[in-house]
Amino acid sequence: MIISEQKEKKIDSRKRLTERAVFGFFTFLSYLVVAILFTILGFIIIKGAGVISWDFLTKAPEDGMTAGGIFPAIVGTLYLVLGSSLISFPIGIMSGIYMNEYATNGKLIRFIRIMTNNLSGVPSVVFGLFGMALFVNTMGFGDSIIAGSLTLALLSLPLVIRTTEEALKSVDNSFRHGSLALGATKLQTIRRVVLPMAFPNIITGLILSIGRISGETAPILFTVAAYFLPQLPDSIFDQVMALPYHLYVISTSGTDIEASRGMAYGTALVLVSIVLIVNLLANALRTYFAKKVKMN
Amino acid sequence: MYKIDTQNVDFYYGDFHALKNISMQISANTSVAFIGPSGCGKSTFLRLFNRMNDLIPGTRLDGKIYIDERDIYDKNENVDRLRKNVGMVFQKPNPFPKSIFENVAYGLRVNGVKDQSFIEETVVDTLKKVVLWDEVKDKLKESAFALSGGQQQRLCIARALAISPSILLMDEPTSALDPISTGKIEDLIHQLKQQYTIVIVTHNMQQAARVSDKTGYFYLGELIEYGDTRKIFTNPEKESTQNYITGRFG
Amino acid sequence: MRKFIEKIVEGGFLISGSVSSLAILLIILFLFKEAGGLFNSPVVEDGYVVAVHKDNPVKHLSAEKIMDIFDSEITNWNDVSESEPGIDQDILVFRFSDLTNYYAEEELGDEFQYVPDKISELVSKEPGIIAFFPAQYVAKDFQGRVLADDKISLGDFFGGTEWYPTSTPAPIFGLLPLLLGTLLVSFGAILLSLPFGLAVAIYLAEIASKRTRDFLKPVIELLAGIPSVVFGFFGLVVIVPLIQKVLNLPVGETAFAGSVVLGIMALPTIITVAEDAMRTTPSAMKEASLALGASKWQTIYKVIIPYSISGITSAIVLGIGRAIGETMAVLMVTGNAAIIPTSFFEPVRTIPATIAAELGEAPAGGAHYQSLFLLGAVLFVITLLLSFTVEYISSKRKI
Repeated sequence: MIISEQKEKKIDSRKRLTERAVFGFFTFLSYLVVAILFTILGFIIIKGAGVISWDFLTKAPEDGMTAGGIFPAIVGTLYLVLGSSLISFPIGIMSGIYMNEYATNGKLIRFIRIMTNNLSGVPSVVFGLFGMALFVNTMGFGDSIIAGSLTLALLSLPLVIRTTEEALKSVDNSFRHGSLALGATKLQTIRRVVLPMAFPNIITGLILSIGRISGETAPILFTVAAYFLPQLPDSIFDQVMALPYHLYVISTSGTDIEASRGMAYGTALVLVSIVLIVNLLANALRTYFAKKVKMN
Repeated sequence: MYKIDTQNVDFYYGDFHALKNISMQISANTSVAFIGPSGCGKSTFLRLFNRMNDLIPGTRLDGKIYIDERDIYDKNENVDRLRKNVGMVFQKPNPFPKSIFENVAYGLRVNGVKDQSFIEETVVDTLKKVVLWDEVKDKLKESAFALSGGQQQRLCIARALAISPSILLMDEPTSALDPISTGKIEDLIHQLKQQYTIVIVTHNMQQAARVSDKTGYFYLGELIEYGDTRKIFTNPEKESTQNYITGRFG
Repeated sequence: MRKFIEKIVEGGFLISGSVSSLAILLIILFLFKEAGGLFNSPVVEDGYVVAVHKDNPVKHLSAEKIMDIFDSEITNWNDVSESEPGIDQDILVFRFSDLTNYYAEEELGDEFQYVPDKISELVSKEPGIIAFFPAQYVAKDFQGRVLADDKISLGDFFGGTEWYPTSTPAPIFGLLPLLLGTLLVSFGAILLSLPFGLAVAIYLAEIASKRTRDFLKPVIELLAGIPSVVFGFFGLVVIVPLIQKVLNLPVGETAFAGSVVLGIMALPTIITVAEDAMRTTPSAMKEASLALGASKWQTIYKVIIPYSISGITSAIVLGIGRAIGETMAVLMVTGNAAIIPTSFFEPVRTIPATIAAELGEAPAGGAHYQSLFLLGAVLFVITLLLSFTVEYISSKRKI
């Protein structure tokens, strides 16, 4: 016995007490964090719910953006999400395929991976600067849907690449070997075996990236977003309003900030709803595909 | 009086009935080997003695296990103290990401020993006991990861011995080691059984024969046969034991 | 034929694979190209000159000095410089628009053709004058002395303690107030969110039951998905007034408000990365600790945390990176005063917020525009360094 029975008892109870206190504290902090999240969500849902109506969703802002709706901003965000997805999804998926299926040169893969990681670390406002310098000024697109979409596409590219890579990595090599052993070419193997198996994970990742893109503000500030533009765009070279920028404008620099508060709560709720829906959708798809795999 | 006394032990992982009605008595200062094919329950049984299976959710135990005549699954049993008395060495060497010295001192520190000179003394004594002292005395401050696999395992044994347990559980302690390191550890077990009650799980029949006084043969969650090692290896009572030992399956 | 198609498709994959690398290079190119232009800009607003009486010994004036003079902070030439000998003369500030105070409109000519002569006359008449006017009105035989055409220097920018990008005659682009503001808000955010983040990570990795974990994980991921502008809005309508009221401050828009909002936003990053790191601790190591009679908590802080320390550090660095680059939320809650912060409870302005707030008003190609790109470049370099730090830490992780 290294220490006396009595001392041992004391040490034991102290150990137990410390553990209980520490764990209790951690549990408390964890639930506090969750409570903070639910407070934020709850606040915006409760304050915003009263504002949301059919008119709010389908009308243009009126009276110096203190009344009316946010329809042009919804449409604008929709265009931007669509435009950036059209650009970033194909490039990002192909890039991910290249990295995981083709690239054999370790140094090249490492270089591209480091570059992609760095790109994902670039602050969104720097994307805004870059988009303005390249797409708006140098390429002469002006403030336009195309300039904004290109900027957002670059921003979401690392996310799409990583999603694709991870999905492809989760496909066991035995499937690739099995297909190749049957005389299929590499491309056929990728198209008929690997991609279909990776598809569920890719699609859930892409949906989540849509949620991310729809809320980005800084990259669109100087590439596309319009302060107030009630009519809808005619071409991809037009400016549009966008939800996140609209929320920023009416909560900080509108014509009458106090009178705009209601509109702001409504806009915030629409933005949060997009994120919630996108997350629920991704989860639902995950469960759906998991079930489908089990049934096969 | 037995050191370890198990009575009608049944153990379940969820619905899986892993151990079936096992009763076994182990006397103090003997060494006992558990043998049997993979998945027979011998490791599970070993891990009941220091309640390591508590860490796995969804497990259930029926029956009684006494150590030094105390029911170790009693509600009031202090698990930390039980584990201090019942040391364990694992399959793969698993030193902590700390210095060699701190690895051995760890058990003392977590059990509330503050006296630095006592700690230093104990670390040196224990390292000598596991015949590691001469190899590491100049690099006590270096990371334990720098040691070879065999040295790491002896360090882990030292770590377990530093808090003066009376029982030492060894779960296939040499399965990840080369033959020379294995030999050193077996020599060590031979010496240690003078002072400790040792229970060792092993896949290696020769090892069981070399280091143990008694041997228990497990098959499909049942204790088929338990007795003197010499008898089990030369003249087993059950055919199943005979088949396993002579290598007809397993 | 089939082989040929395969090769083409593979080429397509390769090209796509190089897009992100290309993007980084283009970002660097454009950022630094525009940013570098700032150091080719004159101190005095482009197209204008600052002139003094020809007997005035002052030859160079920094942008700060010019601003102090025109703001009447400095009123005597003796106070302009300690090292150079000055003249004991009150300063007379003359802006181009002041011209009509001295001369009637008809004296200046129908097409302002006499303006150069009149300015020349005025400058030669007033020994204490400092005149600021368009370069096109400098007369051929100008009787005063135009101050040397200095360029904005690296020291002016990186050592500058003031940020007045629209000040005339000489805009001032000093990085320090913005950089310090950014660091203050970011580190405040990390200090606030670190204890919470690590506690939640430990709770999720080691304490919570599987069911609790399965519930909490998606909730925290959801937190990561909420747009920063929504956090900013929440900060603006809830946190800012709360801080103002509870701490009894003149304004609630402070560095502290920014740190609180950013701290909440950095939580998901810290939690998920730190939790992943802790979960990589081999269970053999945990079991070894428990088998020695250590309690669960002892095992966590003596074994699991030391083992996963590099991953936890990565989590912290990533959290800092996220905080430093965050724009909208900070822009909305920190009050945006471009002064060197002296307290946590004053308005500050960060680098990203400055870019977002001012780029819209800065004419393309001008010094102000270029200075904002330079800020972007600074931000880019900081985040790049943080990225490499994470890279370095995780490459060291393999023990």
